[in-house]
Amino acid sequence: MLYLAYKNLISKPLNTFLSILLLMLSISLATFVLQMKDQLNQHLEKNTKPFDMVIGAKGSPLQLILSSILHIDNPTGNISLNEALKIGKNPMVKEMIPVSYGDNYKGYRILGTPDKYLNQYGATLREGKLYKKPFEVVVGSYVAEKNNLQLGSSFTSTHGLAENGLETHTTKPFMVTGILNPTASILDHLIITNLKSIWEVHEHEHEHTPHEEYHEKEREITSLLVKFRNPIGALQMSRYINEKTTMQAALPKFEIERLMKFLGVGFQTINSIAIIILLVAGLSIFINLIKTVRERKQELALLRTYGANIFQLVKLVFLEAIFLSMLGFILGWFLGRISTWFFSIYSENAYGYHFVFGLPNNKELFILALVILTTFIAAILASTSLYKLNVSKILANV
Amino acid sequence: MIRTHALQFTYQDVENQTLYFPDIDLSAKEDLLILGASGVGKTTFIHLLAGLLPPKGGKIFIDDTFLNKLTRKQLDYFRGQHIGLIFQRAYFIRSLSVLENLTLREKLSKKKSDPQRKEELIQQLGLSNLQNKRIHQLSEGQQQRLSIALGVVHSPKVILADEPTSNLDDVNCEKVISLLKKEARICKSNLVIITHDQRVKSHFNNHIIL
Repeated sequence: MLYLAYKNLISKPLNTFLSILLLMLSISLATFVLQMKDQLNQHLEKNTKPFDMVIGAKGSPLQLILSSILHIDNPTGNISLNEALKIGKNPMVKEMIPVSYGDNYKGYRILGTPDKYLNQYGATLREGKLYKKPFEVVVGSYVAEKNNLQLGSSFTSTHGLAENGLETHTTKPFMVTGILNPTASILDHLIITNLKSIWEVHEHEHEHTPHEEYHEKEREITSLLVKFRNPIGALQMSRYINEKTTMQAALPKFEIERLMKFLGVGFQTINSIAIIILLVAGLSIFINLIKTVRERKQELALLRTYGANIFQLVKLVFLEAIFLSMLGFILGWFLGRISTWFFSIYSENAYGYHFVFGLPNNKELFILALVILTTFIAAILASTSLYKLNVSKILANV
Repeated sequence: MIRTHALQFTYQDVENQTLYFPDIDLSAKEDLLILGASGVGKTTFIHLLAGLLPPKGGKIFIDDTFLNKLTRKQLDYFRGQHIGLIFQRAYFIRSLSVLENLTLREKLSKKKSDPQRKEELIQQLGLSNLQNKRIHQLSEGQQQRLSIALGVVHSPKVILADEPTSNLDDVNCEKVISLLKKEARICKSNLVIITHDQRVKSHFNNHIIL
């Protein structure tokens, strides 16, 4: 019976192909969107988890999070280090890490921060040692690999955060003293140095360009990353900072949730499209089955004269349907994964997002269940006509 | 062995016309030719014997099995094992090859697979070099021979042939009849042929007219 079902399907390659193609498209679209959403969520969560709050210059809180933690947006501005540290002197604060940035090397950000920043992501050195003096840097694994940076390599930074910036700091080259192990976090895409390096790069420039924004005597940083002893602290303190100071405090968890809510609409739309295609695919399988039953009425009647009972014919229809849908699902799933993978390559270059090729997850199994259910409904509807099959009449009809 | 008693059948869709069939009583290996003009219910009679239609009244026994008493599923099973049907127009599973059609028929009879029987049959019918071909690649004569093979491959107790010769020329008609008779002897089965084809008449001693 299985063999017959298979043979029947390949004897009508066009119909079979169409059904499978439709199903494949919808499955790949749905799994792709699910994967993107899940992995984006994971990525954001993983990278923002170490910090409960970010203190930076006033502006959009989302921008502050995106720039200071995820390193994809421009900073909102600078804040005074002293002022920031003052706020940090609060018993609720467990740890605070100042970060300062403004330069890049071939599009990879150079981040000035104490080395305890690295601990937040559990990073370990693959080779070399941590930076001690200004202009010593530790590079993330991805940066090192892409730019072929080794211990002792030196490079000059470009002002600004965009690649191909016009203004190159020619005078002070950075030197690589350490390379990190991959952490699958944003760290892989960063170049880390101490705060002093960043300050010195720009102070040096000031001699030539006295009207730069960094002209104040006071040390400035871009933002302060804060970790609290308990999460309530973050809420209280952020309210205080936002109301009483010239700085702003943003809570990554809250902002990311907001971001996902914005993106959620997009994901929802694509998901709806996928579901509609899935329905069309189900309908196509159903029509295919009905057509098969109609066209092969004589063959099915013949099988009855061969001694096949109605149940066996129903089984035949089900086998064909299940075969179609499983093949569609499996192909679609792979296509979804492959597109995720391609997107990952693209996004790794553009945003430092890394996607992981994973086994089917619960949501995908849910889609599988949905597909099987659709198939069963289609097969049940198609096989009702089997019960009405008048064998005698069909075969007597000469 | 086939025995019928006071068999009648009513068409549900055509003005409740009721057909009455003569009783037949065939002992083992006995052949029967049923002659009749078209429209007198020849095919209906065959389908009643094959259990494809439920009779309105009367009894059918095949080899001491009382067909009326079987459930639909039992009837399917019985038909698969013991009855071989040959139609005027040959029907096949088009997606399968010649040999696969035969294997399918054999499988559905729930009898043990007998590759030797299939091979002999294919050889006798001159289909040896066609056994892996698809049906549409066969000529009409070859298709007719294959349909005979499909009717007898599982060695049924009863071979029922419905107008097996009406589309054939004289030469092929002779061939088909002798083939059917030969196969019936090999399978030790009853051969029942219904036809309006007068050419067949001379080959059988035992005939009734509907």
